[in-house]
Amino acid sequence: MSRPLRRLFGIGLIGASVAVGLAGFFGWNRGLVRTPPPVGSEQRMRLLTQDQYLNTLQFVFGPNVQPVVNFAAVQRVDGLLGVGTSVAGFTDSQLEIYQKAAASVAAQVLSPESRAFLVPCRPASEQGPDAACAREFLRTVGRLLYRRPLEQARLEELVRQAGQTSVGLKSFYAGLEVVLEGLLLSPDTLVVVERTEADPQRPGHQRLDAYSLATRLSLFLWNSAPDEELLNAAQSGELQAPRGRAREVDRMLASPRFETGLRAFFDDMLALDATRTLAKDSVIYPAFTSQTAQDSREETLRTIVDHLIAQHGDYRDLFTTRRTFVSPALAAIYRIPAGPGWTPVEFPADSPRAGLLTQISFLALHSHPGRSSATKRGKALRELLLCQEVPRPPPDVDFSAVENPDPNLHTARERVAVHLKNPTCAGCHKVTDPPGLTLESFDGAGQYRATENGSTMDTSGTLDGRPFRDAVGLGAALHDNPSLGTCLVRRAYDYAVGAPTTARDRPVLRDLNKAFAGNGYRVPELFRAIATSDSFAAIAPARMRHRASADPAQESLSGSASATSQPIVLAY
Amino acid sequence: MSKYSRRRILRGMLNGTAVSVALPLLDCFLNSSGTALASGKPMPVRFGTWFWGLGATNPIFVPKKVGRDYDIPSQLAPIARVREHVNLFTNLMAYRDGEPNLCHHSGWVIGRAGVAPKSEGDKPGETLDITVAGEIGRTTRYRTLTATATGDFRNTVSYENANAPSPPEISPISFYGRLFGSDFQDPNAPGFTPNPRTMARRSVLSGVMGEIKSLERSVGAEDRQRLDEYFSGLRHLEQQFDQQLTKPDQIAACHAPPAVTTEPKMGNEESLVAERHRMLTELMVMAIACDQTRVFNMTYSDAQANTTQAGYEKPHHTTTHEERVDDQFHYQPHCAWFSARAIEAWASYVEAFAKVREGDGTLLDNVLIYANTDHGEARIHSLDNMVAFTAGRAGGRVKTGFHIDAGRTSVTRVGYTAMRAMGLELPSWGVRSNNTSQEFGEILASARSG
Repeated sequence: MSRPLRRLFGIGLIGASVAVGLAGFFGWNRGLVRTPPPVGSEQRMRLLTQDQYLNTLQFVFGPNVQPVVNFAAVQRVDGLLGVGTSVAGFTDSQLEIYQKAAASVAAQVLSPESRAFLVPCRPASEQGPDAACAREFLRTVGRLLYRRPLEQARLEELVRQAGQTSVGLKSFYAGLEVVLEGLLLSPDTLVVVERTEADPQRPGHQRLDAYSLATRLSLFLWNSAPDEELLNAAQSGELQAPRGRAREVDRMLASPRFETGLRAFFDDMLALDATRTLAKDSVIYPAFTSQTAQDSREETLRTIVDHLIAQHGDYRDLFTTRRTFVSPALAAIYRIPAGPGWTPVEFPADSPRAGLLTQISFLALHSHPGRSSATKRGKALRELLLCQEVPRPPPDVDFSAVENPDPNLHTARERVAVHLKNPTCAGCHKVTDPPGLTLESFDGAGQYRATENGSTMDTSGTLDGRPFRDAVGLGAALHDNPSLGTCLVRRAYDYAVGAPTTARDRPVLRDLNKAFAGNGYRVPELFRAIATSDSFAAIAPARMRHRASADPAQESLSGSASATSQPIVLAY
Repeated sequence: MSKYSRRRILRGMLNGTAVSVALPLLDCFLNSSGTALASGKPMPVRFGTWFWGLGATNPIFVPKKVGRDYDIPSQLAPIARVREHVNLFTNLMAYRDGEPNLCHHSGWVIGRAGVAPKSEGDKPGETLDITVAGEIGRTTRYRTLTATATGDFRNTVSYENANAPSPPEISPISFYGRLFGSDFQDPNAPGFTPNPRTMARRSVLSGVMGEIKSLERSVGAEDRQRLDEYFSGLRHLEQQFDQQLTKPDQIAACHAPPAVTTEPKMGNEESLVAERHRMLTELMVMAIACDQTRVFNMTYSDAQANTTQAGYEKPHHTTTHEERVDDQFHYQPHCAWFSARAIEAWASYVEAFAKVREGDGTLLDNVLIYANTDHGEARIHSLDNMVAFTAGRAGGRVKTGFHIDAGRTSVTRVGYTAMRAMGLELPSWGVRSNNTSQEFGEILASARSG
């Protein structure tokens, strides 16, 4: 990999080009997507994720307020953490975490260094209460944190508490700090409770009320709470009108915050959060450090943002593009030169790398700490990108059939062949291993290799009948796979409404798929179509909730990757 | 799936059903040999769990003899150091009752919740540590403490309910800050001044609780239950504030450890896991000695253990699949190495409790720790021939030093015995074939029927 690399453009160009790109992009298609009569989603109660919480704080209080928090892990439901938040519960430990975060944020906001900027008024005395100033601060901040106006009685109660505490602690700001801590700890801040109202356009049906609609929109498009302007549109009722909603959606998509939202969606869909705990055997892969793991996530997200927003690219081209971004930690794995910071690069036409499948995040995440795994990679490709479910390996199977003591088998393909000959194993391994074996040209850290244990590797494979010779060909086959686009649509819709799609969502998904293809697989336009659709705001009658304890296959739209009913073993 | 949630038990008390709860052990089960706090209050009895993945190498682990005079096969060697403090249970079963054998899931869920899960997504309704904490953990700063040496914040085997796993501590620095940071009240400090800011915080909490009532009107039954959990968490915070406003009783065994300033490296290589386990254990043990919690959980390796050996390309789990059974030894040598490291960590965990003097004995005298795993023979992901341990004497309620052949009875018997020892008067525990009302009476100081 010593070939010269073509420099694309200056560092940091992504951010600058986002707004320009979006402005042009959304200029050509502003019509609402016509969708079938809306079924809608169920009314949800979701936890604010850690990122949504931090983004909200940043937008309300500015970038200097940065608490160190570690919210509890949320279970991935139907492929998304964002859906898992609609079933996640609370523990005492989680409330402790919330309280510590709230105390930290309140202290930072009302610190002597920050209060002059973040409190819009000056108290009559810093040593005692000032109800008017406290009211002004709490009304403004409370509306942004609660994502709707504070009820008057609650506001007055907070003002009274701030006053009492100010007297006790002999400090106006200390009183305000304790009350702000309470606001930040409130379920109105940390839990998204969607509220409904009768839909005047569809008698007998429910829709989200304007503030809940604003919140759903902002979590979807910005991964954050609504801003003043969006809340104003909710307050005036404008948001409930199709034109008003479309205008707000276009404003949100053109905002730099949309980059944050898009990153959050793909981070969730691609399960990149796992890079937080990704580590490799330092003896086997000395070049792979914790910085490598961290940067691999950033590389993928930068590639996505650049391609989908700055370049207005076709989603499918993410799997064939030669363009990426490299940091010094990643350059050691890619074996290319790189300066400090992030460098945009384009791999040459004869490079073995093209697309997200050949990026370090995908290759290293879906490997073992000390070696690659064709099965893990194939399974990830099926599940993350094509929305197919690969069954878990069954138990009580004697693995002696697949144990591989033969030292003459040098490559993964030779070893996996044993699996494929065994009918017990073959059902699933035939689905996962052919694409996974192609990626064996990259080791467990994501480093390119032409040989394995001295033997030349056969990197040919197939994906749903489409043959290819190498990883670049695999990317092209994935690009053309019809499930690639439909999977993205499904995940995006799930993510938007915070619930897994079911059979009753088929009509809206069908139309969104059609619109997505019709718009050249442009993801921002897909997000616009979802956010402006009638289904997005419609509320369906409650039924049995998809819970962690429920059978995930029930009413699932997932296609199984294997039709066999025989025991199937995946030796990861 | 939850059959014995804390709330259900308490409701059971109110409704006069067969389920009842005994007085906490600290009030009724202590002996009179001087094991008491400096204040004269009886020594609290605590409950903990320890978990490791992929079981043991039974041919070199299971003693041939049972009872107190059991032999120590090679993989059990570390237990020789603590044999007087532990009980070893072998030949346990986790019954599926027609449900699928979900590799690395069914075994531990049955061992901790008593129910065979139906799917991977079928999480335990309530694990036994939470059930016990409902009885003995309500007066301490933390109802439970949970940590994992894997470095992965998703690895936990403690569940409040199917959708509320107990978040584990993974960072020694963070754990130290939580336990012994600025909010720590040293029970042996000479003076005490309540913090007026804490009083104000407590006052503000009541208003936050009131907001939940308002939200409840907008949600369905399932979400009301989740808001109820939120409310319980706020109550817990309120209790923490109350404790901070009250001068604590002196505790002679409590000595805040030195501040942790260095984080262990990320990774699952065995020496890194062992170091993380050691650091987290030291903090947890002292938190227990300082009576910050009476219920605790530690995970050494997750189910489907991903521990690695430096320079060896396969993690533990993959090794179970791919390593050849050695012709001479009749087991998988590398797998045995991984299991041996887990057993070593378990022995060191027990030793950490035995090192802390408490009253006339050690902290270990006043705890009961239940250790279990996810599989019997990991090579075939078996749920037969599983093994488990207990450690500690639970304030004199439990006898130790035994190897017990469970005779292919359910692993739930160990958990049931532990809960009985902790004072829970559950008539039985577990579902269908895993339901048991049979304690291992031989380890209970005052054996009950069964």
